[in-house]
Amino acid sequence: MGTELAKAVVDGVLTGGVYALMAAGLTLIFGVMEIINIAQGILVVLGAYLSYVLEVHFGIDPFLGLFLTIPLMFGLGMAIEWAFIRRLKSQNRTALSILVTFAVAIVIEGILTQFFSADLKTLNAWYIDQSLHIFGFYLPYIYLLGFGLAVVLLAALYVFLYRTRTGFSIRASVQNRTGAELVGIDINRVSGITFGIGVGVTAAGGMVFGATNSFNPNSGYDLISRLLVIVVLGGLGSVGGALIAAVVALVIEDVTAVVWSPVWASTMFFAVLIVVLLVRPNGLFGQQAVRAQ
Amino acid sequence: MRAASALGALALGLAACSSSSSGTGSSGSSNTTPIKIGVSLSLTGDFSADGKAFQQGYQLWANNINANGGLLGRKVSLDIVNDASSPVQVATNYQKLISVDKVDLVFGPFSTLLTKAASQVVARYGYAFVEGAGGGPSVFTRGLTNVFDVSLPVANNLVSFAKWMAAMPAATRPKTAAYATQDDPFTAPQLDAARAILEPAGIKTVYNKVYPSETTDYGPIASGIISSNADIVLVGTLLPDVSAFIKQFVQQNYNPKALIATAGPDQGQQFIQNVGANHTAGIMVPNEWYPTANTPGNQAMIDAYIKAYGGTAQDISADVPEGYSVGEVTAQAVKNINSLDQTKLIAELHSGTYTSVQGPVKFDATGQNIAAFSYVFQWQSGALVPYQPDSNQVLQPVPPATAPILYPKPAW
Repeated sequence: MGTELAKAVVDGVLTGGVYALMAAGLTLIFGVMEIINIAQGILVVLGAYLSYVLEVHFGIDPFLGLFLTIPLMFGLGMAIEWAFIRRLKSQNRTALSILVTFAVAIVIEGILTQFFSADLKTLNAWYIDQSLHIFGFYLPYIYLLGFGLAVVLLAALYVFLYRTRTGFSIRASVQNRTGAELVGIDINRVSGITFGIGVGVTAAGGMVFGATNSFNPNSGYDLISRLLVIVVLGGLGSVGGALIAAVVALVIEDVTAVVWSPVWASTMFFAVLIVVLLVRPNGLFGQQAVRAQ
Repeated sequence: MRAASALGALALGLAACSSSSSGTGSSGSSNTTPIKIGVSLSLTGDFSADGKAFQQGYQLWANNINANGGLLGRKVSLDIVNDASSPVQVATNYQKLISVDKVDLVFGPFSTLLTKAASQVVARYGYAFVEGAGGGPSVFTRGLTNVFDVSLPVANNLVSFAKWMAAMPAATRPKTAAYATQDDPFTAPQLDAARAILEPAGIKTVYNKVYPSETTDYGPIASGIISSNADIVLVGTLLPDVSAFIKQFVQQNYNPKALIATAGPDQGQQFIQNVGANHTAGIMVPNEWYPTANTPGNQAMIDAYIKAYGGTAQDISADVPEGYSVGEVTAQAVKNINSLDQTKLIAELHSGTYTSVQGPVKFDATGQNIAAFSYVFQWQSGALVPYQPDSNQVLQPVPPATAPILYPKPAW
C-alpha cells in the first residue's frame, strides 16, 4: 500500500502539471476580462488536433510543433475576442460570456468533426511510450516533459505579467478595469492580448493532453468542468494558483482511487473545491477583486 | 337492380379502402415511396466512435439493398438522428421518429445502455426493435417481446477465454488475475461471468475495481492493476479506456501473460493508431465476426466498405458488420411476411431463422440470438486472428488461420 500511495502522489503531481497547462489560459482570461471561457475544453482539443496534423502529415515532433501551434492559437484567441467577446456589453457580460463561448465551442467542435470525424486519435512519439526508471518507479517521459513544460510556460507567463509593460497593463486591468482605463490603458488591446495568450498557452496544454489521452471532437466536454474547478480552486486570475490547485486536486483524486475507490475519486476532485472555498472563498491564491462599477 | 348496383358500388368502395392492418404500408399496394427507417445513433458523445461505425454499417446495407431492387420493390431511406450518447435523448429520438416522422421501421442504437432506454419507447408503439449492439443481459430481462439482438449475447463473451485459462495444467495456469471494468451493463456482466470460472479454478483475484464510465483519468486504475502484478488482466472497456490502460502498461513495463478486453481491440485501425502498431501483439478481444469469415455476403460487405471508406479489411470496426446484420435480418423478415406490419414482423422474427455477415441468427423468446458463436480474437502481426475452443477448452485457430495462440503474451 505504501508503494501504491507514493505512486499515486507522484502520478497526481505529474498529471496536475498537464491540467495546469490546460487551465492556465482559462484563469488568465477570467482574471483579466471576467469572461468564463466555456470553449476552453474544445480549445484544448483543437490544440491536440493541430499537433496531430503536424505530426502525422509533416512529421514534426509534438514539442517542436508548439513553435507553430502556439502562435496560431494566439491569433485565433485574438480573433475570437475581437469577433465575439468585445461586443458583449458591460452589463451581464460574465453571464453572456458563458453563452457566447459555448456557441464558439459548438462551432469549433462541428468543424473538427467535419474534418476528423469521431475517430479517436492520439499523438505518437518515442517519449510517449517510454519511462524513466528511478527508485523503483517508472516515470513516463511524456508526463515529466509535460510537467517541465508547464513550469517553464507558467514561469514565462509570470515574467511577462510582472516584468513587462503589457503585463503591468494586464494586471492593472485585473485589479480595476475602470481605473486602468482612466490611466490610459487600452482595455480592448489588453483584452485581445490576454485572450490570445490564454488560448495560445492552451495549445501547449492540448499537445500534452493529446499525447497522454485518446481524443476526438467530443473530448472537450469532460475537460471543461475539471478545468473550471482548478481555476476556482487556485484563485481566479492566479496562474501560479492554477498549478498548485491542479497538483492538489489531482493528487487527492489519485490517492482516493488507490486508498478508497475509483468510484469516489472524481467526487473527491470536486469535493476538495467545496472544502477550500469554505475556508478561503477566493480560492487558494485568489485576491479580493476591486472592480469598478 | 338499383340495390344491386348500390351493393356493387359499396363492395368496390370497400375493396378500394382496404389495405394493411396495423403498422404501415403493405406489399399489396402500388406504393413506390421509399421505406423510411428511423435510427438514433451516437454521432457525438462518449460513444461517437462506435456510433460512426454503426452508421457506416447501416449505410452500406442500405446502399446494397437499394442497388439490388430495394425492399418489397421500394428503395429504403435511413433517417438517422443523433442521440449524443445520451439515454434521455435516445428515448426522445425514437418517440419522434415513430410518432412524428412516422417511419416504417426502426433500427437500434449503439450500446446496451442506449438500447435499454430506447426499447421501452419502441415497445410502447408496437414496433419491432432489431438491434446489433444491445447485448447486455439487462436488455432481455424486462419482459419486452419486441427487442431482437442480431449479435452475440454478451454475458458469455469471455467464457471461452476463462475456460481456457481454467483448464490449463497447474504448472502453466496463471496464479492471479486483475479485473477492472466500467460501470456499464455491457462490460460488467462479462467480467463477473469470467471471474465465476477463474476463481474456482484457483486463479486468485488480486485486483477488482469498477470505475464510473465518466472517468477521464485512468492512471490510478492502471496503477492498481500494475501494482497487483497479476498474471492475467481482464478489463471491461471500450476503446478510450483500454487504450489508456495499454499506454500505462507500456510506460510502466508491465507485461501480463494475457490481456483481454471486452471491447476496444476490435476497433481495427483506430485501435492500432491509439496504442501503436508495435503494442498490439497478443492482446485479445471476444467477438463473433472477423474479416475472413466465410459467411454469406461478408466479402461483398468488405469490398463495399473499402470502396466507400478506404483502408483494408483489418481496419474495419466490428461495429460495421453489427449494423449491417441488423439491416440484413430485418429485410429477410420483411420479405418473409411480405409486409411492414409490425405485429406480423415481431411474430416472424420470433420464429424465423436468418443469415447475416456475422453468421446465423435465430432469436429465443427474449430476443437473444441463440445461433451466435463467440470467438476469441488475438492480435498477431497486425491482424486479428480468430480462435475457438476444442473439446479440451484449448483455443485453436479457426481455419484458414493456423498460427497457435500466443501465451504468454509477447513483451511490449
